[in-house]
Amino acid sequence: MKSEMFDLKFTVNGKPYELKVKPNTLLVDILRKDLKLTGTKIGCLTSACGACTVNIDGKAVRSCSVLAPQVNNREVTTIEGVADGDKLHPIQEAMVEHGAIECGFCTPGMVMSAKALLAENPNPTREEVREAIQGNLCADEGYVKYIEAIEIAAEKMQGGQ
Amino acid sequence: MIADFEYFAPKTVKEALSLLSRYREGAKIIAGGQSMLVIMKQGLFAPEYLIDIKGISALDYIKYDKGKGLRIGALTIHRAIEKSPVIQKHFGVLSEMERNLATIQTRNWGTIGGNLCHGDPAGDPAPVLIALNSKLKLASSVGERIIDMEEFSKDYLEVDLQTGEMLTEIQVPILPAHTGTAYEKLMVMKGDMGIVGAAVSITLRPGDGVCENARIALGSAASVPLRAQKTEKQLIGKVINDTLLAEASEVASTEADPPSDVHGSTEYRREMVKVFVKRVARLALERAKAA
Repeated sequence: MKSEMFDLKFTVNGKPYELKVKPNTLLVDILRKDLKLTGTKIGCLTSACGACTVNIDGKAVRSCSVLAPQVNNREVTTIEGVADGDKLHPIQEAMVEHGAIECGFCTPGMVMSAKALLAENPNPTREEVREAIQGNLCADEGYVKYIEAIEIAAEKMQGGQ
Repeated sequence: MIADFEYFAPKTVKEALSLLSRYREGAKIIAGGQSMLVIMKQGLFAPEYLIDIKGISALDYIKYDKGKGLRIGALTIHRAIEKSPVIQKHFGVLSEMERNLATIQTRNWGTIGGNLCHGDPAGDPAPVLIALNSKLKLASSVGERIIDMEEFSKDYLEVDLQTGEMLTEIQVPILPAHTGTAYEKLMVMKGDMGIVGAAVSITLRPGDGVCENARIALGSAASVPLRAQKTEKQLIGKVINDTLLAEASEVASTEADPPSDVHGSTEYRREMVKVFVKRVARLALERAKAA
């Protein structure tokens, strides 16, 4: 059974791409292997851990659970597109300063879930923050620091406006 | 990993139906793929032709009419149902159910129609939609038919979709006055598939508070989302109190035919069916009294 290549046109971190992809390729593999954007991590590949979370059209989605052709004409943001050049995003800054990052493997996914949350809901309750990263597992049990860091970032982002 | 397939991304229902009628048994529809990709990655499922309907925007809608009720397009994502003000107002139980359906990432991409067509008896929407007396609209190149949600599931991961047919709409009728609805499931972690789940709708007669109608559906309690009609009969025509609920929940545990797996034995699930039928029916009853 041969599968024809699919002409994928999409935007990653604001940059347009046109690629020929096998339709059975997962988005995460396009990002990591074709575009060499290895900040997005593969933890489980079974839609359980959330390490591969990216934003598709601004919403948090697991890139291991989306077929590449499904992001045709859509906008994908990965962890590489979050900082403004050398200037970290307030979410990243808060995570660094607050010591939220332990081994760091789940961090890109945490940032992408937090980013989607704060874009939709700039002033979330603690419960809403918890819910937003419920699908991001941290093997170091660092959840509390992450939650606090996201709250700090939310405050900063509010103040800056 | 995922076996090769020929890929199509129709933009309209008509195009999708024509592809389905061309490729027949070899064709499989993918919507959000949040359940299906898991089994494709495991190599348990390898369609020859994959028809990706996620891009059919005409099937992404939530419409409410105070006469006709609620209509949800099959490609509406879970998160949209969870956040819909009109659903929160008129069918709060649907929004509550969505809040514990997997995680936000899954709800942002997965669709209500995809969930129902996957036919997992542990799925959350089916029991709730059965308790709400919902109907499904199925389309094929020769026409449309409407069936009761409770008739849709046939066996584990098998639903009543004929070759060439696809689900296009979920229809939920207006709840009768003095009706309360609720859904809860047993989870180890929030967002887990339910080890067992129960959805209950109770309608009371104003004045004497007799239960006029009850609809109860169980998740993970059989090879299909199970409508517990014997349990319903225990409640209908009576004033519901804790003694009656205890009796009804005993009936539910024998009416259920739960699987035994790593998440729970058959015996354990039967016990949990009792707990959840009691708990959820009590909540639906309180809400019916307040309605």
